[in-house]
Amino acid sequence: MKSSSYCFSDILSLQRNNNQNSREKRRCRQTQSLMALRMWASSTANALKVSSTSRPHLLHPFSFSRCLSSVLDGLKYADSHEWVKHEGSVATIGITDHAQDHLGEVVYVELPESGGTVTQKSGFGAVESVKATSDINSPISGEIVEVNKKLTETPGLVNSSPYEDGWMIKVKPSDPSELDSLMGPKEYTKFCEEEDASH
Amino acid sequence: MRGGLWQLGQSITRRLAHGDKKAVARRCFASEAELKKTVFHDFHVAHGGKMVPFAGWSMPIQYKDSIMDSTINCRENGSLFDVSHMCGLSLKGKDAAPFLEKLVIADVAGLAPGTGTLTVFTNEKGGAIDDSVITKVTDDHIYLVVNAGCRDKDLAHIEEHMKAFKAKGGDVSWHIHDERSLLALQGPLAAPVLQHLTKEDLSKLYFGEFRVLDINGSECFLTRTGYTGEDGFEISVPSEHGVDLAKAILEKSEGKVRLTGLGARDSLRLEAGLCLYGNDMEQHITPIEAGLTWAIGKRRRAEGGFLGADVILKQLEEGPKIRRVGFFSSGPPPRSHSEIQDEGGNNIGEITSGGFSPCLQKNIAMGYVKSGLHKAATKVKIIIRGKPNEGVVTKMPFVPTKYYKPS
Repeated sequence: MKSSSYCFSDILSLQRNNNQNSREKRRCRQTQSLMALRMWASSTANALKVSSTSRPHLLHPFSFSRCLSSVLDGLKYADSHEWVKHEGSVATIGITDHAQDHLGEVVYVELPESGGTVTQKSGFGAVESVKATSDINSPISGEIVEVNKKLTETPGLVNSSPYEDGWMIKVKPSDPSELDSLMGPKEYTKFCEEEDASH
Repeated sequence: MRGGLWQLGQSITRRLAHGDKKAVARRCFASEAELKKTVFHDFHVAHGGKMVPFAGWSMPIQYKDSIMDSTINCRENGSLFDVSHMCGLSLKGKDAAPFLEKLVIADVAGLAPGTGTLTVFTNEKGGAIDDSVITKVTDDHIYLVVNAGCRDKDLAHIEEHMKAFKAKGGDVSWHIHDERSLLALQGPLAAPVLQHLTKEDLSKLYFGEFRVLDINGSECFLTRTGYTGEDGFEISVPSEHGVDLAKAILEKSEGKVRLTGLGARDSLRLEAGLCLYGNDMEQHITPIEAGLTWAIGKRRRAEGGFLGADVILKQLEEGPKIRRVGFFSSGPPPRSHSEIQDEGGNNIGEITSGGFSPCLQKNIAMGYVKSGLHKAATKVKIIIRGKPNEGVVTKMPFVPTKYYKPS
């Protein structure tokens, strides 16, 4: 089970191991990106029915200084900063560590209902942080077979565990070949570095 | 009044939604190269500040602390903000007060020397050109601070009216304090920390009061005020001494007072129920509609004499058609421009500011509704991404203020 990594620049930061990043021996770099410019806004083409049941609350908010966002092997990535993990007949989708890092603390996640459909590059939900709203685009097309209900009560899971507990929807892909057009981890890492450098 | 983060957020969001991402990035990059820098710019970057364009300046939106934590820490310990992008100026002359009274709704003549107040510059229709904190230093010297985003129009407005006033023999002149920088030190530790840096007894300086005094070895203009709802100060310091003062403040607080950016500042002023010019107050909104009737001096209500007085005094008499109110809501946090409906689905207004309150851990917002629907506990629907969410009107501030006042 892989975890995010944090800097030591804040002595109160949580220390977790990330073997994947350690092996790649990437240098620790302070993220200097502009949060306000990270509005992954896009229009929602599908009029998806969305649920909004109860008030969001956070698990123990804490300070940390992030030196680099983690990128995992075995996943595919979209240029609007979502990830996909395809296993058997189901693909799991969430937003990347890079995305949640730029958003800040997530206070609300708006997700569609099971049974609906998603279309590649179109919006299926939204993530709200203290200061920003961002649409979530689907990296692939298909039928939604499961939604992570835990995010309704605990949206902070997107921050604390973007690749695991913070997953958003599970989709039965209608066209698995769409996965081929997505980025692998190395390509996505380079994409993020270039995007950060251009601001 | 202070900060304009959300205005920035909205404009960025709109641009991103309508253009190619890379093209937008290039335009933002180009605009960054032309941004003005405060004297604290390098200090911010060295301390992990994330710099963003704001009102033509490169300003820190956030440091290493999250916006959530920065907001909470301001209320528990303290925050140090760079607000040098805001414009400080002095009006001097025997007729400085009568001149200013033509432009603002405050009872300037009635201010005691060494005291100040929040006021509004009005246009001919009674709408707000800007809000400002004005302070009477002496009877012939008034010190003002105006919003960064309004600086150019405010200065043009003042200059235009000053020419006409002087042409009629009025005695007034002005000086723009571009040689100075502005820090805001806010929170419960603000006074104890600042006391270490000056010999004057700060316990005798109350909310809204002003002094010229030595702080950390340089002559500063000190006002006990802020835009967070907390006790605290705004400090105008000679620019060449600004970084030294910032370092001294952080050092004296032993790490408890934290550098804090515009992101948290916006959360703090929203929790305090304070208007953000450009969101909650604009040229077409009067001080009455904005809930600032209290800022119109008693004599001014009787006499008028400021731009747009006929509109404003009529609203005082008859009541305004719309009013600014606060909201709690469920679901996604409301943002600027979300529609407000009554329980029957009829449009009754619009959200002007909103977000998630770090201190309350719930959604808060403010906006304008039709008069008659402004009472606390009125149920509303707030429309977000086409979907109605339960909301309720509430009095403001959302988080109680802690201004230092004589007991």
